[in-house]
Amino acid sequence: MRFAIPFALFLALVLMLGLGLQRDPQVLPSALIDQPAPVIDRPLLQAPQEQLRVETLRGRVWLLNVWASWCGPCREELPLLATLAARDGVAIYGLNYKDSEAAAVALLQRHGNPYVASAVDADGSVGMNYGVYGVPETFVIDGQGRVRYRYPGAVTADIWRDRLLPVVRSLQ
Amino acid sequence: MKAWFALACCALALSVQAGDPLEAREARLAAHLRCVVCQNQTVAESNAPLAADMRRQIREQLAQGRSDEAVLDFFEQRYGAFVRYDAPLRPTTWLLWSAPFALLAIGLAVLLRLVARRGRAAAPSLTTEQRAQAAAWLREGPP
Repeated sequence: MRFAIPFALFLALVLMLGLGLQRDPQVLPSALIDQPAPVIDRPLLQAPQEQLRVETLRGRVWLLNVWASWCGPCREELPLLATLAARDGVAIYGLNYKDSEAAAVALLQRHGNPYVASAVDADGSVGMNYGVYGVPETFVIDGQGRVRYRYPGAVTADIWRDRLLPVVRSLQ
Repeated sequence: MKAWFALACCALALSVQAGDPLEAREARLAAHLRCVVCQNQTVAESNAPLAADMRRQIREQLAQGRSDEAVLDFFEQRYGAFVRYDAPLRPTTWLLWSAPFALLAIGLAVLLRLVARRGRAAAPSLTTEQRAQAAAWLREGPP
């Protein structure tokens, strides 16, 4: 009985540290959740006379996938995203982040192109407005043009099924 | 000639030391922002490409005449409060800020209780016989 309080404190500490270990400190919550998606207005890859504009996508739920040819996980993600987007009927737009256009186009030709269109963010300033801190990152944007979810890191089939698709479905 | 040379050196040294005021502000702001890629470094210390972009962004915004606080807010809106290297005092950080003082208070309370208990334990002093014995020893020296 004498040790009841210290033991309770010890258990509380173990619980707190245990919960802390479950969290990945590299995964930061997005500051943009429920905020309007920042303006993109950048020329499209392979169609520089057109621009990707967030406001033209109003009324639809879409994904914004930040990618680059120099990013290893992006390469693996591309064919998977192409398959899943086609299967589930989800529109994915790309943001080609700090990349060279030639390398980006070559990557899409080699590994498949999951994007309806990709905007070119050569200096990374659109990425900064989206709070991008690592590539790839995937944002879910709702019909009102608000960011509703952000997944940092490569999308796998499990991530798609458990995280992204449920958010998309709940907004449709 | 020598004097002129020395003077020129002094002027150069002074101008380097004084530097560009915007540069000094940029360095100070960069030291107050966290590099979100390498999280235990500030933007000023980090070599990550994103940190270089953030420094460039700070410089551009200062050149546009924005205040220091406006620049910090710009990054906080994009990366969240975590991007501030010094945790701001907010409801979400009350625990963080108050925990050291709370722990100090608990420690002091425990210490005071222990000292008080020890004080009480020391209270029973010598009996009358022991006191007489001690007085005798003091008079005559130990047996």
